[in-house]
Amino acid sequence: MAGCATCVVLARDPLRQAMVASIYGLVLGILFFVFQAPDVALSQTAVGAVALPLMILLALAKVRGGEE
Amino acid sequence: MSDRVRLPVFAVALTGLLGLVLWGFAGLPDFGDYAGPYGYILNRVAVPERSTTDVVTAVNFDYRGFDTLGEEFILFAAVVGVASILRKLRGERTRPPDDDAAGRRAPLTSLTVRVAGLGLVAPTILVGIYIVGHGQLTPGGGFQGGVILATALLLIYLSADYMTMRAVGPLGVIELAEGLGGAGFALIGLSGLVAGGAFFQNWLGKGTVGDLMSAGTIPLSNAAVGLAVTGGFVFMLSEFLQQTLTRRRDHRRRRRARRSR
Repeated sequence: MAGCATCVVLARDPLRQAMVASIYGLVLGILFFVFQAPDVALSQTAVGAVALPLMILLALAKVRGGEE
Repeated sequence: MSDRVRLPVFAVALTGLLGLVLWGFAGLPDFGDYAGPYGYILNRVAVPERSTTDVVTAVNFDYRGFDTLGEEFILFAAVVGVASILRKLRGERTRPPDDDAAGRRAPLTSLTVRVAGLGLVAPTILVGIYIVGHGQLTPGGGFQGGVILATALLLIYLSADYMTMRAVGPLGVIELAEGLGGAGFALIGLSGLVAGGAFFQNWLGKGTVGDLMSAGTIPLSNAAVGLAVTGGFVFMLSEFLQQTLTRRRDHRRRRRARRSR
């Protein structure tokens, strides 16, 4: 878990960082599940592993492709 | 401030912070050591009192429904914020999205992605509805199910294109879902005030433990929150997609504006 978090900080390219953050979200979800908090695990997996990286990706696409 | 001054200042701050953090860690209770009374009380009381087998949902939508209403409005405020930041500005023009334009530049989505994506849409919707509907019985509920339902529409975007996604889920319908869900949840709380005497009082019949239609107002709250969360997430993501895919800065109009000034 801590290793994953460090990877997110160490990934300097925002695009890669979004991907690593997605894996981090998934691992955190699994951690919640292992610690018997399935409700939180479900939200964490859906939001942390899918929705948040997706929004980062869309924002990146806008910032980078904004100029024609 | 030069580097030579900055480093000692940082060192002092770091030692102080480290000391405080370590002191804090030393005072933490052992793992799994729980001293508060509420957890034990709720665990004993939730099943006979509210007919729910998922105590977390009973806390979220009944005992502490008021807090969930607050969270609901945080999400609502975030959606409103995204909508107002990503609105169409002066000096921006709308054009057809890349994957629909005449001289298309976007590469075709591969057949594998399209088939897998379309095949996943129906199961995703089913899982989402299941998780919303079984909120009071199994882990999950309106929020978790709502986010899963929102990904179904994104699967449509992934396997088809932006215009298809807009056709399947028009913004008006999505806004309506968000509004109805949020208002519905607040009204369920108010109905408790009218019928039972307290905000979010669970006044409906509780049914038998383990039934789909048990636990009084909890399934209704779950459905309302599910609707609001689905609407909110889909709305935010389609706003982002709309902004990314169809809006460009209009250089011509800008230049003209500058000249007229």
